[in-house]
Amino acid sequence: MGNSIEVRDLTLSFGSVSVLKNMNLNVEEGEFVVLLGPSGCGKSTLLNCLAGLLDITDGQIWIKEKNVTWSEPSERGIGMVFQSYALYPQMTVRGNLSFGLKNARVPQAEIDKRIARAAEILQIQPLLDRKPAALSGGQRQRVAIGRALVRDVDVFLFDEPLSNLDAKLRSELRVEIKRLHNALGNTMVYVTHDQIEALTLADRIAVMKGGVIQQLAEPLEIYNRPSNLFVAGFIGSPSMNFLKGRTVDGGRAFQFGSTKIDLAGYEGGAVLERDDAILGVRPEHITVSTTPLAGPSMPAEVEIDEHLGADSLLWLKAEGVNMSVRVPVEGRLPPGTKVHLGLDIPKASLFDAKTEQRI
Amino acid sequence: MADVSMAAAMTGPRGAKPKKRLTGRNIMLYGTLLVVCLYYLLPLWVMVMTSLKGMPEVRMGNIFSPPVEITFQPWVKAWAEACTGLNCDGLSRGFWNSVVITVPSVILSIAIASVNGYALINWKFKGSDVFFTILIFGSFIPYQIMLYPIVILLREAGLYGSLWGLVLVHSVFGMPILTLLFRNYFSSIPEELFKAARVDGAGFWGIYFRIMLPMSLPIFVVALILQVTGIWNDFLFGVVYTKPDLYPMTVQLNNIVNSVQGVKEYNVNMAATLLTGLVPLVVYFVSGKLFVRGIAAGAVKG
Amino acid sequence: MSATTEAATPRTTSAARPRPRWTRNISAKIAAIPMIATALVIFLGGTIWTVVYSFTNSRLLPRTNFVGFDQYERLWETSRWLISIQNLMFYGVMSLVFTVTMGFVLAVLMDQKIRFEDTFRTIMLYPFALSFIVTGLVWQWILNPQFGIQGVVRDMGWTSFTFDPLNNPQTVLYGLLIAGLWQGTGFVMCLMLAGLRGIDEDIWKAARVDGIPTWKTYVVVIIPMMRPVFITTLVIVASGIIRLYDLVVAMTSGGPGGNASQVPAMYVYDYMFQAQNLGQGFAASTMMLLSVLIVLIPWAYLEFGGKKHG
Repeated sequence: MGNSIEVRDLTLSFGSVSVLKNMNLNVEEGEFVVLLGPSGCGKSTLLNCLAGLLDITDGQIWIKEKNVTWSEPSERGIGMVFQSYALYPQMTVRGNLSFGLKNARVPQAEIDKRIARAAEILQIQPLLDRKPAALSGGQRQRVAIGRALVRDVDVFLFDEPLSNLDAKLRSELRVEIKRLHNALGNTMVYVTHDQIEALTLADRIAVMKGGVIQQLAEPLEIYNRPSNLFVAGFIGSPSMNFLKGRTVDGGRAFQFGSTKIDLAGYEGGAVLERDDAILGVRPEHITVSTTPLAGPSMPAEVEIDEHLGADSLLWLKAEGVNMSVRVPVEGRLPPGTKVHLGLDIPKASLFDAKTEQRI
Repeated sequence: MADVSMAAAMTGPRGAKPKKRLTGRNIMLYGTLLVVCLYYLLPLWVMVMTSLKGMPEVRMGNIFSPPVEITFQPWVKAWAEACTGLNCDGLSRGFWNSVVITVPSVILSIAIASVNGYALINWKFKGSDVFFTILIFGSFIPYQIMLYPIVILLREAGLYGSLWGLVLVHSVFGMPILTLLFRNYFSSIPEELFKAARVDGAGFWGIYFRIMLPMSLPIFVVALILQVTGIWNDFLFGVVYTKPDLYPMTVQLNNIVNSVQGVKEYNVNMAATLLTGLVPLVVYFVSGKLFVRGIAAGAVKG
Repeated sequence: MSATTEAATPRTTSAARPRPRWTRNISAKIAAIPMIATALVIFLGGTIWTVVYSFTNSRLLPRTNFVGFDQYERLWETSRWLISIQNLMFYGVMSLVFTVTMGFVLAVLMDQKIRFEDTFRTIMLYPFALSFIVTGLVWQWILNPQFGIQGVVRDMGWTSFTFDPLNNPQTVLYGLLIAGLWQGTGFVMCLMLAGLRGIDEDIWKAARVDGIPTWKTYVVVIIPMMRPVFITTLVIVASGIIRLYDLVVAMTSGGPGGNASQVPAMYVYDYMFQAQNLGQGFAASTMMLLSVLIVLIPWAYLEFGGKKHG
């Protein structure tokens, strides 16, 4: 399959501040790519560059095999959905949907056809003659998606489209966007800071920080094999536990305080001896036991226990470091309990503390 | 435990706290405000009363007392017969001059300033903020320093002394405050709306007329109020940039009242003064809170 | 998961039409021409032009015969100019002090959750909608010695009562002040009220929980918090005072006694357009500019100097 979007060596700077640094990104035809990162990481900026709403400093942008680096937003064959919906308040829903088509001088019959189709897909037929002010948040966002839909384009850009909605609506529309993608097969680039959205929607996730893509991979890959410390810490809630220590025994074991953890089964295989290493283990990859465990384990003490309904979180202290462990509800333990933690080494990640890269 | 505290609560204060209306504080407060209002209303009262009296009564009586015999003669005279120099066709001439000056000035200045504000927010280009800063500084600089260079420019353009010359001057000097007003308003419109319109293929003017303008009617009304009162009340530019037969109402009013020849007809003078103040007063009382918003706009930080 | 194939398409291949940089936002630039022209030609150019020609001996028409500081020396030797400056300083200080204190006190009164707030505000602000000419003429009439306040009090039996500020060189500025305050205090009150309303409600709640009396909260907490509002108000009022012209023309024409209530703006106008002595007019207006800059530069420094984006 060909590339739907190609970003080549894209750089964007405002004066001496570079916001996007020498960025390369390929999005395949029909792919759903999520740009994920904390605020200020440049994800929305990148999207605006793709849309042509920001003039880039250097590099190229190709959409559908066409160099659109200098093209107007409307000439790029994209549709865009915004966080604040950005519906024109003085126009009806129909007016909002047809505005772009009228600017492009699409014949009225064709406009009517496309609006009818979009309204059917999004089930907004009864709303067509209302003004945006008379719509609920979820309805507005549907109309905003419809505005991208009627443009009949291959690339959809979403700029945090669900952030203004409450939690329940958000999950409903999330499913709807996924369904839309399955039905239409468009290429979609979706910006969010919500990792649940990213993990559930994406074919691939690009985790960004400081104007650089830290890792671009499928959701499970990102979750299970984060390529660096930032990605590891950013994805997952609560955050991955990081144990600072060093690798010993020729890289076969990890020395954390007074505890030595056997690294047998770590997917990286041969790990050299390093003085500064960090072992990352997700809260759900740790088992808690009141009796000593066979295999790699370390002593700890329960400090707080939080029950989340479906399961429960234990906050513990091990070797002076705070750790969190996800346990089943029946596994809850009162504060002060002395326990042993068993680490699932094959699912753990090991990082070089200096380069912060995965070993 | 609970029973004891319940019992105690029942004996103490219960329910809504009693309110006193005529407290010393309230008497002071409303008293002061009423006295202040009296000071503010006094001139209006005097103006209206004097303009409704005949000259003999003005000479005999007290300027604060209402007329014994109401006459509209001073109003008629002020409007149609009062003399400035050799012309004795009253303030009506100045009134129509002011109308002819104000209408195009208001339209032109608002048109320019709204486009400026829109360009400054949504279409920033290199140096646009510098021009805006100069504009804002320029609004604080005394007009006197720019009076003569403008005379030269207008003379070169063949507009000196003409209506259109004055219209241009009003547009120029109205630009800073109006541009600030529109810029601040447009900056409160979500940028995403502008972006959406660009994705929809609308250009500079398309977005201005189709998106921005329909969303900004309140601020256009504020600007309208600001400009109508401001331009109507202008005196200096009227004197400097027009000829006597084009003098706006304020200039003519001053010439009528402060002319040295003839017997002073105070009732006619007050009728003339009231007539001149009528347009801004009507605008003010009709517009209400929008007027406040307009004048406060000057104090809003840019 | 393809890596970028950089070599496949050379950078020079471009389907889009190349645009020179200056043609970007071309409509915006064209639309901004009136603003650019105003800023550069009139505000900046006009100011510089006048300053430059203030060093010439232009009389009826501007001429480029430079005479150094002659015009300024003559200006500062002219008693009319010196009186103008003194008058403006006195009027300015009095006017600033009174408008700002009265405006603030009125705003505080208005902020006591009073009934009929809109009515009170409407009454206090309507003079601001009127021109200085109208203001001046009304007060000229009220202060008329024969028929105005003085006349009325004398008619009531107090025959020695004297209140005739406009015809006495010693008191004429107070007469102007009464009219000026009437016209402008409501405006300042509105600015102050907006400032008071802009203060977080929680500040008041905190002060109430702490048991601080209302007046003390105003003095210790609110006034310091309103510093920016005060500064902005001062700048706006001050730059208006320096332009003071219409009011004097309407009320006194600069008199009594020829020049007891002269102000710089009047001096400039008379020399430029009546006495056909442009050089003097330019020099005087340059001095006005200077005085505004003395007010404006510290303000701009306070407002924008410390931090970017005020």
